[in-house]
Amino acid sequence: MSKVFIAFQLNEDTRPIIEAVLADNPHAVANESPAMVKIDAEGSLVIKRESIEELLGRDFDLQELQVNLITISGHLDEDDDQFKLSWAN
Amino acid sequence: MEIDLRTVAIKPVRNTFDHIARRFGDKPASRYQEGTYDVQQTDIFHYRPMWEPELQLFDKRRTKVEMKDWYALKDPRQFYYGAWTIARARQQDAAESSFDMIEERGLAELVPSELKQTALDVLVPLRHMEWGGNMGNSYICAYGYGTAISQPCMYHGMDHLAVAQYLTRIGLVLDGPEALDVAKEAWMSAAMWQPMRRHVENVLVVQDWFEIFVAQNLVLEGLTYPLIYDYLDGDFSANGGTAISMMTRFMGEWTTETAKWIDAQIKVAAAESPENKALLSDWVRQYRTPVLEALVPIAARAFGDKAESVLAEVAAQFNARCTKLGLAV
Repeated sequence: MSKVFIAFQLNEDTRPIIEAVLADNPHAVANESPAMVKIDAEGSLVIKRESIEELLGRDFDLQELQVNLITISGHLDEDDDQFKLSWAN
Repeated sequence: MEIDLRTVAIKPVRNTFDHIARRFGDKPASRYQEGTYDVQQTDIFHYRPMWEPELQLFDKRRTKVEMKDWYALKDPRQFYYGAWTIARARQQDAAESSFDMIEERGLAELVPSELKQTALDVLVPLRHMEWGGNMGNSYICAYGYGTAISQPCMYHGMDHLAVAQYLTRIGLVLDGPEALDVAKEAWMSAAMWQPMRRHVENVLVVQDWFEIFVAQNLVLEGLTYPLIYDYLDGDFSANGGTAISMMTRFMGEWTTETAKWIDAQIKVAAAESPENKALLSDWVRQYRTPVLEALVPIAARAFGDKAESVLAEVAAQFNARCTKLGLAV
């Protein structure tokens, strides 16, 4: 298996997103750098709109991720409810 | 000379305030948590209030509801002052552009005169009811216990003023300044509004702040708003009064949003103890009767011969909502 990852800027907006991602993906590991968090995960990583909304207390559009997104690696499968990274080949 | 650039990660000594760390652990806290939890003063009250010497300035005994931790009543919208003003500013922009469009295109003139009269008779006098909502929620903020519930009540009180202003503007757009005098006169003396006015004034003098929360936010709003901003609004849209619906758009959105918050408060308070549950259920039953009676003449004016069935539907939905919150009504 190989790893996928996603990196966010670390700020007030991304804290609940990161928390939601780590809660939904117990196998994921967060590596904090100055002003950035890179989340590595073996195989696949899924970001769910519902979990973010729960932590945020408001409606969330997954496109809002892009504002603070630094980079991703993996094949991306995205719809209104989830944002999934994996190596699908 | 060789210059070697490298990044150094500086770990903060502490991630948040000690009192927040005691609740949630030492990790970065959200603004809502920092601006809400344990903000209320609890100790070192030097003087008792002269107007109520048996109690302290902030006292849990100002309501019969008992909670082990008053901060359990958190706001699912996570509104602190910043988040609330940002959310409302966005809605205000949208509402403003609706009003602009109505005025620019003269859409108010296109509303059938019958509907216009209904809006003037039913919507505009409600601005006086909104003022009652402002008073009640300001009272809760002043005498309530725990920032988690007193803070959003202040916002809710201010939102009531906003709604009153939108209703005022509806009167101004549809008819002009005289509409407000007519509405005030109707509120003060027309038979249709007296039961509602009596109820609003009765709630103004309730002492127990959580009782006001139930009477105003759950019962009065839970029955009145769906009737007006859901059913009546649907009638406006369906019969060529889209302009009126555009002007009540904020109220529609706001009602749905605040209902979630109100539900969360009642649910947590009712689940705390059987005593709370019984108390809250009693209050709901006590206040539901006068509100439903007060809505009869208003519904009759708004819906004509459909009034009874619409009101029954609204009441059934309200009862279902209360049951879901764990109340026995």
